[in-house]
Amino acid sequence: MRMNKRDFVAIALVVALSLVGFLLFGRTGEKGKEVVIRSDGRLVGTYPLSENRELTVTLGSGKNTIVIRDGGVSVSDADCPDKYCVKQGVISRSGESLICLPHRLAVEITDGSEPDGTAR
Amino acid sequence: MARRIATVGITAALAIIFGYIEAILPFNFGIPGVKLGLANIVVVVSLYRLSLPETAGISLVRILIIGMLFGNIMSLLYSVAGGLLSLLGMALCKRLKLSVIGVSVVGGVLHNVGQLAAAVFVLQSPAVICYYPVLLLAGLVTGFLIGFACDRILKIIKDVHF
Repeated sequence: MRMNKRDFVAIALVVALSLVGFLLFGRTGEKGKEVVIRSDGRLVGTYPLSENRELTVTLGSGKNTIVIRDGGVSVSDADCPDKYCVKQGVISRSGESLICLPHRLAVEITDGSEPDGTAR
Repeated sequence: MARRIATVGITAALAIIFGYIEAILPFNFGIPGVKLGLANIVVVVSLYRLSLPETAGISLVRILIIGMLFGNIMSLLYSVAGGLLSLLGMALCKRLKLSVIGVSVVGGVLHNVGQLAAAVFVLQSPAVICYYPVLLLAGLVTGFLIGFACDRILKIIKDVHF
């Protein structure tokens, strides 16, 4: 295995960039207040995280069933091929999100400070 | 010329087989969307043994065919973005005299960055960016493993003429 100094510079750069990212986005602990659902960049709806509910988002290409329960949100069912959105499980903290790439769906949790649910 | 085309075709077929193996037997890292990227072995090796345009052709053919066989239009878009950025970055790093492993690491990382950029563009959702630190590290690990394999392969096929 032949590696040189430039390799380690590149690797160090990647690690540094991801550490910066963890510091910027890795804020955990704070419970979110609102669930913002977006598909194709358009706002589908904003729902309080404290109320239990189940809703189905239908897009031209498919369906995702989103469940809000006990202060957490998850995608319980989807007809996309990879089902990554379902596998991501339950999220509850502000800044976390569930993504379904094939259906262009994003379920994000915010702290409710921006009532229109636009970008942080 | 015919010989070059045949070489590129066979190499692209090999990349497609690797992609196929990974589609039926995924190496899951527990992170959504993270793959080992076996087909990148072929791309990295051909970057060192064939020309850049030939490698670009192999990469593009692989992405299109794997995308049509196992994906959909959306996943194809992410793959093209990741594949192109990855190849450009690897070509640059090779010129900057990084080793095979370094080149492969940069390729793995940029593959994820390109896909994420496409996802941000398609979803119009800034929240997707929060995945980038994880994807960066994942690309580092998979790129290293692929690079290690490529280093060995290049040694083994050193005397083979294409």
